[in-house]
Formats: sequence, structure tokens, C-alpha cells
Amino acid sequence: MIPKEREEWIYKTMNQIRYFELKAQQLFEENKLRGSVHLYAGEEAIAATVCSLLRDEDYITSTHRGHGHCIAKGAQLDRAMAELMGKATGYCKGRSGSMHIADFTKGNLGANAIVGAGVPIAAGAALASKLRGEDRVAVTFFGDGASNEGAVHEAMNMASNWKLPVIFVCENNGFGISVPTWQSTSVKDISIRGTAYNIPGYTVDGNDVYAIYEVVKEAIRRAQAGEGPTLIECKTYRHLGHWTGDPQIYRTREEVESWKKNNDPINNMRAKLLAAKTFTKKQLDAIEAAAQAEADAAAEFAINSPEPDPTHVMDDVFYVAEEERV
Amino acid sequence: MSRKTYANAIRDCIAEEMRRDNRVFVMGEDVAEQGGIFGCTKGLIDEFGKERVRNSPISEAGLVGLGVGAACAGQRPIVELMYMDFTYCAMDQILNQAAKTRYVFGGIPVLPLVIRGQQGIGRGNAATHSQSVETIFMHIPGLKVICPSNGADAAGLLRTAIRDDNPIMFFEHKALYSVKFDVPDDPNYMVPFGKANIVREGTDVTIVATLLFVSRAIEAAAELEKIGISAEVIDPRTLVPLDIDTVITSVKKTGRLVVAHEAHKTAGWGAELASQVVEGAFKYLDAAPIRLGSKACPLPFNLALESAVVPSVKDIIDAAKAVCYK
Repeated sequence: MIPKEREEWIYKTMNQIRYFELKAQQLFEENKLRGSVHLYAGEEAIAATVCSLLRDEDYITSTHRGHGHCIAKGAQLDRAMAELMGKATGYCKGRSGSMHIADFTKGNLGANAIVGAGVPIAAGAALASKLRGEDRVAVTFFGDGASNEGAVHEAMNMASNWKLPVIFVCENNGFGISVPTWQSTSVKDISIRGTAYNIPGYTVDGNDVYAIYEVVKEAIRRAQAGEGPTLIECKTYRHLGHWTGDPQIYRTREEVESWKKNNDPINNMRAKLLAAKTFTKKQLDAIEAAAQAEADAAAEFAINSPEPDPTHVMDDVFYVAEEERV
Repeated sequence: MSRKTYANAIRDCIAEEMRRDNRVFVMGEDVAEQGGIFGCTKGLIDEFGKERVRNSPISEAGLVGLGVGAACAGQRPIVELMYMDFTYCAMDQILNQAAKTRYVFGGIPVLPLVIRGQQGIGRGNAATHSQSVETIFMHIPGLKVICPSNGADAAGLLRTAIRDDNPIMFFEHKALYSVKFDVPDDPNYMVPFGKANIVREGTDVTIVATLLFVSRAIEAAAELEKIGISAEVIDPRTLVPLDIDTVITSVKKTGRLVVAHEAHKTAGWGAELASQVVEGAFKYLDAAPIRLGSKACPLPFNLALESAVVPSVKDIIDAAKAVCYK
């Protein structure tokens, strides 16, 4: 059972992510936005549901497909969109673009353009929490592709051995760029790899908010009780290409349309909310319209934001202590 | 002032910093009960316990990655790598993550992480356990590169490193560990980064060296004195930041430069330093600078072969004579 306010938050957040992503795609197609932009449309249930159970002080690390995690962990849409456009008002002052958005004040230790690299970093944040005797947990989002990276396996072994309060959330969208997961990966269900590290592994429908919610809740309980990490595999599907310019030769249009029609995370939740009469159609439509307006406003803000000043390009390579500043 | 080995100077500094700041902790292979293969963490577990003196699995990428994460989350990790050759197993976490975190995330986070360990010749450890790899880390913006040549500098530079809010690559030399030096007892003794040490004053030739090669340069200088060549020996102590001004001032006086290091000569840091001297003091030079470094050959096992790859005291003397046209 998800409390009603939290259901509303998840539904709102999924819509914010969806409209943000569609807006980014549109801006890319209009040549207003460039770079390697990896969109999360179709996978929103995972970020929104996981983060609905986290506090600001809990940590996440994210991936190259990171806008959804970022928004769900409290990022402002306007500053995120400004970063996608390389603007001075972006989260990283325009230095980093789509793949490196972070907001340490919200516990978001960053998206990461290197596949799997955020996984040991989250385990390290969990170690910090454990060393301080705090109950903060760390969640690391990673893809099916990352599940084959060495650093991920090293981190899982260490986290299990040290009983770190970290949750490994694998978003299995079926493809590593163009390669189907079955061609690259030794197991059908990635969650089975938990067995190798002596931690619980769950596979859930990643487009079902309610299924994700229950296992994440249990994983947080386990982490905070000092019992160690959990591996959660969320099976999902990305509606758009690997990146905004992907010709998608590795799948059919029919396959994509079928997922959108029959197993879209937002539609799934909407149907459940209406069936349970938790919200009216009108209420849900209003949430959706507000999210769309917010994404539009974010784009306006980004477009109208100033470019970064190149005279500051060398700032922040190092932290310089106050007394050393010239 | 106490007479102690280079290894004990490092151990005592770590202990003092752990006493001073409970965010400081150590992790690495065999660092706990064993006290590190070279004894640099010997006895720390007795005082600080196994939470803060953590034996890690043999997982260098995971180890450094957890260090990055713990530092992002506010701890001050010291990651010991048994051999700095093993940095190669953790390159993504060092070069793509630690070095870039602050910059890419908009100058918000600080990353107080020390990655330390030994390198170099002297034990005939062959190709993958005898290298000098410091140059590689100079090339990537965002890392400070530290190379202490004696016990006092080891303690003073390590203390500065632990208290610094940037990622630090701290290179010790295995052949120095058992050598005794006078080390200040002051638990706040710090050697600033970016301040070269003029080890020996001279007027005819400037010899720049770090780590083990400082003692070789001093030895060479004593021999050169006998044939009427007065050599100035400079130990930069830190390669990033590099105190090029002290070297240039010296070269303006002597008109001649020899750089001697154990790292490979090809694209070694001596090339960078010599180039900066040429840019800064071209008209003062009476001879083309000479670089000495290991031959472009993997480090061999047999000690006679190892010596054949690495520059000798005689090579330094010959180079100094050559730039003095003697």
C-alpha cells in the first residue's frame, strides 16, 4: 500500500519526467539542444517510486540516462534543462550537459557518463553513512549494460561483505545501446547475480509502481537494520532511442508501439488510481497539465538563460581554500 | 625531531591525523592486522579499530570508487594501494571520477581523498610492480601529484594531503621505506604543496629530481664538486602543483638544466619541466637541457637488468658534465 499523498507525488513526478524528456527530444530535433542526450521516457516508474521512499539526506548515484533520477531526487526542471543546453544557470554551470547533473544538497551525487561508475561511489557514500552511525541509505541506479562492468561486481562484493546500506537498482530496459541484453549477459534475470554476492535479488515489473514500491521499502528496511545491500532488477523499456539521434535499427516500430500502448508506467498507474477511485480523471489530468506546463517553462528558462562566461572556464578544477585565494 | 624511517613517518602521520579528525579513515589491501605489506599502517587497527582501518578485498576499482563515494559523502578516506602500478586497475575511478567530480558538478562538491602507495625500483619486482607512474596523473587536470623524497617531507606532505579538500595521488618509494630520517615531532608539521626544496645550492648546473633520485642527485653533486662543477639540486616535492619558478630562478643562475627521474624518459615529467624551463628562461640557457629517465622498456626482474634500465648516479654526473661542456 502506498499512502495517497505519496501516490500523488509519484504520479506527478513521473509526469514531470515524461514531459521534461519529450521537451528535450523536441528541442534536440529543433537544433536548440545538442550533445549526447539519453532519454528516460518509459522508465519513469523506477526513479519516481524509489525516490518517493528517500529523504533529502539519502544518497543516489545515477547514470548517463539520468534526468529522471535527478528530477525524482528533487532537481528543479528549469536548472536541469538549462544544463542540458549548456547554460550558465544549469546545475553544473553549463560545463557538463545531460550526463553529469548532480545536486549534492539533495543527496544526488551525480549522473555519470561512464557506465557502472556510479555504483562503487554509492557504496562509498553508504560506507560514509555507516562510519558515522547514521541511517542514511544510498541507492545506485544502473542499467543492464552496467551489470557487466567489473566495478559493479567489485562494489557488490564489498557492499555485501561490509553490510553497507546501499540498494542496487538495475534498470533493465532490454538493450545496451543496440545490443539486446540476452546477447551480452550470462543470465536472463540480472537479479540472480545477488546470489553470487550473498544478497537478496528481486526482479520486478519496472513499469509497475506498486511492485517496485514494496521491494524498495523492504530494501531500505534491510539497509537501515544493518543487514546490508539488496539488488533489485526492474524490467522496463525505453520508448525513445538510446540517445536522441538513435536510428533504432535494432527493434521494430511495432515493438515500441506495443510497449507504449500496453505497458506504459504512467498509464499503468493512472488505470489503477482510477479503478481504486483514489483520484478522479479530472484530478489526474490537472497533475499532467501542470507537469507539462512546468516542462515548457523549464525550456523557456533554459532558452532565455545566458551562456557561460569563458573567462571562468578554469574555475573549480581544484578546490581552493579561502586563505589560498589570490 | 625524531629519527625514524620513512615508513614510520607515514604511519605516525596517519595516526595523528586519525586522532585529530574522526572523518579520516584508511582502507586498502592488508592494511589492518598486517599493517600494510610495507608497514605504513602498522598498529593503527589497535588504536582505531577495524571500522576505520579496513581491509579491502583485492578490488582496486571498487576500493578507489568507494573512496570517491565516501569523500563525496563527507568522510576523508585514505586509500592505500599496495603498489601504485595497481592504479591501472582503478583508472576510471581515478581519472574519470575523482579528478573530475568537482569541476563537472559545477564546483560544488569537495573531494578530500588521498590515494597513496609505493612504487619504483629496488626490490626487483619486475614489470608490473616496479614502475614509476606519477607522470600519468600529472596529465589529467584535477589531481594533485605528490612525491616525497625523505621522511620529513613524507610526513609533512602527507599531512597537507589529508587536510586538503582535493583528490591527491601520493607516491611513496619502496626503496626509501627503511631509510631513517630526522622527522619533526610537531603533529601539525605541514609541508606546503607547490614549494620546491633547494636541497643543495650550486652555481654551475641545476639538477631536478624527486623521490629516490634526490639522493642520487646529491651523490652526483658531491662527485661533480670534486671536478670543479657546482651543482644545485632541486626537489620539486609536488609535481602538481609544480613550483616551476624556483627551477627557473635556479636555471637563470646556472644556465644549465638536468632533470633526472625514474619514470620513463619518453613523455616523462622531465620533458614537461624542461619545456617549461625553455619557455621561461630560454635566453639564460648555455646548453640544451638534458632529461634522464628509464629506458622505453618494461622494468625487468633481474637486478642488473633493472639497473640497466634506470639512470644511474654516473648518468647524472655525465649529463651534468655534458651541459657544462666538460
